[in-house]
Amino acid sequence: MTPNHRFPRAPYALLALGVILLLLGSYLGLFVAPPEHFMGDVQRIMYVHVPTAWNALLAMTFALVCAIAFLFRGDFRWDARMEAAIEVGVLLAFLLCCQGAIWAKPTWGVWWDWDPRLTTTAVLLFAFIGILALRRFVDDPVRRATWSAVATIIAYADVPIVYYSVTWWNSLHQLQSSPATVSKSFHLPLRMNAFAILFLMTGFIMLRARLASLRLEHELAPPPHELDAVGELA
Amino acid sequence: MIAALRKELLLQWRTRAQAIAVFVFGATSLLLFSFAIGPNASALRQHAAGFLWLALLLSSTLTLAESFHAEMEHRALEGLLLLPTSPRAIYYGKAIANWLQLALLGIALVPITVVLYDAATPRLGSLILIILLGTAGISAPGTLYSAMTSQTTRGKQMLLPLLLFPLIVPVLLAAARATSLLILGDPMEQTASWLRLLAAFDAIYWSLCGLLFDRVVEE
Amino acid sequence: MESAAIEVRGLSRRYGRRWALANVTLRAERGEVVMIAGRNGSGKSTLLRVLATAIRPDAGSAAVLGYDVVRERESVRRATALLSHYSYLYEALSARENLSLIGGAIDEALARVGLAERANDAVSTFSAGMRKRLSFARVLLQRPDVALLDEPYGALDPEGFALVDEVVAELRTRGATVVIATHQIERVAAYSDRVFTLDGGRLRA
Repeated sequence: MTPNHRFPRAPYALLALGVILLLLGSYLGLFVAPPEHFMGDVQRIMYVHVPTAWNALLAMTFALVCAIAFLFRGDFRWDARMEAAIEVGVLLAFLLCCQGAIWAKPTWGVWWDWDPRLTTTAVLLFAFIGILALRRFVDDPVRRATWSAVATIIAYADVPIVYYSVTWWNSLHQLQSSPATVSKSFHLPLRMNAFAILFLMTGFIMLRARLASLRLEHELAPPPHELDAVGELA
Repeated sequence: MIAALRKELLLQWRTRAQAIAVFVFGATSLLLFSFAIGPNASALRQHAAGFLWLALLLSSTLTLAESFHAEMEHRALEGLLLLPTSPRAIYYGKAIANWLQLALLGIALVPITVVLYDAATPRLGSLILIILLGTAGISAPGTLYSAMTSQTTRGKQMLLPLLLFPLIVPVLLAAARATSLLILGDPMEQTASWLRLLAAFDAIYWSLCGLLFDRVVEE
Repeated sequence: MESAAIEVRGLSRRYGRRWALANVTLRAERGEVVMIAGRNGSGKSTLLRVLATAIRPDAGSAAVLGYDVVRERESVRRATALLSHYSYLYEALSARENLSLIGGAIDEALARVGLAERANDAVSTFSAGMRKRLSFARVLLQRPDVALLDEPYGALDPEGFALVDEVVAELRTRGATVVIATHQIERVAAYSDRVFTLDGGRLRA
């Protein structure tokens, strides 16, 4: 419950490492890797799109872990981590939708296609924005933590169902067109960016969780035995 | 749970004026949606199922929010929780009552859709089954979320749809698709797979929300 | 040894930055009538609500008839009945329908609180005093071993005052423990076995 008040070194180191790796990986992806022979240069967005997708899912999964841990343990550190993971996850999911739209326009000729992955991400994005809104509207820290943990579990359980429903809808309509799997020679920039975003994400979550802990510390009064008083025996 | 359900149905019966108002709201939405398409018979038929479910979804937020109004007025819900009944029974009583009310609303909106969109189907039994499964999917998470939002001091009206709508995308998809197949014909026999998806959604959320309700109402 | 009716140790409960109850320790034996005195906002209601399991404590422990209010919530709920400053009533239901949620000898309870003639009227037509009487009937129907009464005299007429006195006496002869949080200090002190005074969430010696 009592966050460390020292300057947080680890998250900033992770952020710096992430930026360097992202620059390197993107350079490799944009200028060194050969163009894909079906889609050409458009395909290069995969070097950031796929790592973003992995990490967005990872952030949301971490939020679920935090939600379950909070409900069982009642430790507010998990609440702070959950808030951080949801916010970073929402950011990544938003970026993911943008990248997906950018990729879809030259590939399919439309900004939005009912790709199951893209649609599922959008639904997840709105579901988690809803949870962030809930957190803004509830003042009592205990209820805020409990309710957003419950909502996180419920929203997460929806992911596979949304995915299947959109897949079915699509397969009954048109042939499924999905991004081609990346061939062996493209692996290095993909992996670099995956780790870059992982480091960035972890750094942001750590910083944001620290902020949330500090706010919680401000919202919750210190235990009464620290204030003074020994209980009088009647 | 039977006692909890009896109380809910009694409350709903006493406040039936509200249910009628919600029905009028749903019917009005259907009328407005038809204006969005314009006087094009085949386009109207094409979109009838989707609009029926949208109207039902929009009306459902009113029904769900209303169902906790009576509980919060004098904290009657807390009074029930302090009796030696399980919170789960209270949840299921409420969720079933909401489900029945939404299903009735859905069935009541069918004739309106048929008239406005020229969307008749001979398979009434299947249609009622879809409405039952679909409204069950709205009711289970909807009851849980409205238990939450009815306790917030700010933003009640906004939070419920904000939380509920993304969650029930699969319900809307499956129910609208299945209904559409009934109206427009189902040459490839796909209705059954949509019904299975609805049933799976219902099974997951009716059990999950029952488990989590206790944590939502405790203080 | 038989466990105490109420056993509270180091009990604390916070609302945001404020501790409504801070480190309260007290004990009451079975069959006693206990008065909790204190000004508005001193923590009386919070204490009763923790004992009734309406809210969880943040620190310390509380037990009713030996049952812990957090771990053995069901047993505590079976043993206690809370007369809260919320009426716990449904406006749209009649007096009888409201009581039927609890069950038991409903007619008898309605007669006891003087509402027999209005049994089938909706609560929305009731005055504040009548609502209080109906809430009392709720408590009686629960046949509690520990009755927790928060401001039982509030909103009542002189007849109602006498009714409360009688009901408390009845509960006591039934062997129940009665905890009363009240501002009617002299009236309750006349028949209570034990008095605790709360001040700013703390117990005053």
